[in-house]
Amino acid sequence: MTSLLHRPPWRYALLSLLLATGPAQAEPPKQACEVPAYLLTSESSLPKVKAAVKPDGKLNILVIGSRSSVIGLSDHSAAYPTRLQAYLSEKLPGVAVDVALELQVKKTAEEMAPTLGKLVEDRKPDLVIWQTGTVDAMRQVDGDDFRNALDDGVAAMQKAGTDVILMNLQYSPRTETMISGSAYLDNMRVVAQQHDAPLFDRFAIMRQWNENGDFDLFSPAPGMELAKRVHDCLGRALSSFVIETAHIKTADLRIQR
Amino acid sequence: MTSVADPIAGPAHADAPASSAAATRAEAPPTITAVNERELRLDLFRGLALWLIFIDHLPQNLLTWLTIRNYGFSDATEIFIFISGYTAAFVYGRAMQEQGTVVASARIFKRVWQIYVAHVFLFTIFLAEISYVATRFQNPLYTEEMGILDFLKEPDVTIVQALLLRFRPVNMDVLPLYIVLMLFLPLILWLMRRRADLTLGLSVLLYALTWEFDWHLTAYPNGSWAFNPFAWQLLFVFGAWCALGGAKRMERILNSPITLWICVAYLLGAFWVTLTWHIPQIHHLLPKLLEQWMYPINKPDLDVLRFAHFLALAALTVRFLPKDWPGLKSIWLRPMVLCGQHSLEIFCIGVFLAFAGQFFLGEIAGGAIMHGLVSLIGIVIMSTAAWVFSWYKRVTAKGGARAKKTPDADLAGGEVR
Repeated sequence: MTSLLHRPPWRYALLSLLLATGPAQAEPPKQACEVPAYLLTSESSLPKVKAAVKPDGKLNILVIGSRSSVIGLSDHSAAYPTRLQAYLSEKLPGVAVDVALELQVKKTAEEMAPTLGKLVEDRKPDLVIWQTGTVDAMRQVDGDDFRNALDDGVAAMQKAGTDVILMNLQYSPRTETMISGSAYLDNMRVVAQQHDAPLFDRFAIMRQWNENGDFDLFSPAPGMELAKRVHDCLGRALSSFVIETAHIKTADLRIQR
Repeated sequence: MTSVADPIAGPAHADAPASSAAATRAEAPPTITAVNERELRLDLFRGLALWLIFIDHLPQNLLTWLTIRNYGFSDATEIFIFISGYTAAFVYGRAMQEQGTVVASARIFKRVWQIYVAHVFLFTIFLAEISYVATRFQNPLYTEEMGILDFLKEPDVTIVQALLLRFRPVNMDVLPLYIVLMLFLPLILWLMRRRADLTLGLSVLLYALTWEFDWHLTAYPNGSWAFNPFAWQLLFVFGAWCALGGAKRMERILNSPITLWICVAYLLGAFWVTLTWHIPQIHHLLPKLLEQWMYPINKPDLDVLRFAHFLALAALTVRFLPKDWPGLKSIWLRPMVLCGQHSLEIFCIGVFLAFAGQFFLGEIAGGAIMHGLVSLIGIVIMSTAAWVFSWYKRVTAKGGARAKKTPDADLAGGEVR
């Protein structure tokens, strides 16, 4: 109940209420979660993805992430990797999109980095989405160590022959007093730039949603529904981001079909 | 000994216009620096820093855009530490001259103890808030982030580590830094009153070595201090150096037009860079080479870019805001000056208010208007508290003078009848 009193300006709150309780309940509810264009583009590009996306082609994506890449630990059907696969399949007709998830719970970037090159060699994805930083921020890992680990990890994966997208922390207003993410966000931006790897700014996107009133991320006990809708929106934003940064013209795919 | 010390301490006295009058006033208790002796600019900017730290500790909001960290590399912490070094050297440097090294050091250690107790007090409040959130907050979206509260499962370790200053929650990093810096103040002052430039040189050396060899203090459960004392001491010592005559000697450099233009150019450049953080659309205008050389701007180790940014800001301030500017005494700036004069108390109140404000915004009512209101009320409370402290100090000082003895808080606990 208090959720409506929070954060967003009134009109947005009302809007999101209408949308949340609207007739679209039966399907996965479509949330008004617009993302400003600048958060969905990057100066870097995804050549491997672009090459893979062709009629009757196969696009293999590997998401490497910590617990914030899923909602519950057992069922991943509503988490953003699965949603990403659904949205990409929809937007890229004729392309067999497969999104696999490699969950590395409670591991820092430093603990993950050495395994990544091997992982890519085994799985041979066209694109790795590396979601990281949260565990590091919680453990207050030294900034330089974190950056070096990212550096090593991204370099190893690129060398193994895949595109890499870095995904940063969730925006989590309730734990802002306890987890200071800014240094980790900065470092991820730096490393992404150095390796010419696009950065999916999950933090900025979720903050935008919270401020615009799309979601009340402050809500103390929102239940599973909110988490599912957020992940659905993340999956959708991520699909746009991949298509945008890989410079894929979806119209061409349709014509060729 | 005094012959060396006098000329060094001399200019510091000359800084304050009414100092000679105040010094001859015999009844002025030596433990209290009379208000009219103070550099009001220092108080003003320390007050400002305290307000900004408070606002920065609240979640992002409209007022956050007024804080300087959005317009350049350095932020309020630099101002706070520099001015703390300056005033500490000024006050305790004089004490050292009048009462000797041992007594002055004892007074400094008493102050360190006060700061330590204040830190522990704030930690207790933080624990209370966290525990509340831990029991109430059930959001499946943030299962991972809530893992941060796991430390509540082993309070024995956590609390001991907090007492050792190794476990510091977010936003509680400044006081531990301040404690360590103050702990070394007797040594710094002792040396500085003999060889001011040598002391500053050693400080720069320590800073350089820290960068070279990556010296740091470890924190619990892992990582290192958010403000590395080995690096941040540079600002503190530099403040002390300025207080003990350095500022006077730098006057020629500060007044030269070359300095002025370098500072202006640097500040504009820094502003341009920060602009690219906030407006991603213009990000591509930043040369990649510059970016690779510049980033990351290291806050824990007081990046040179941050230090230089602070220096530029300070140089311009000193140049364009004369210390006898009548506005410093105006009623409008009074709240800020008062806050700066009671920095420890107001700092603690600020941290507490930030906790309370966050709690209020999270649990009771949020929104932009509420947010602005919380910030404003916080500043009013800080100012009012500062005013009460000043009033109390004035009243007790008067009473003490009448009773021909220095009012001393220890007597309250020490008088056993």
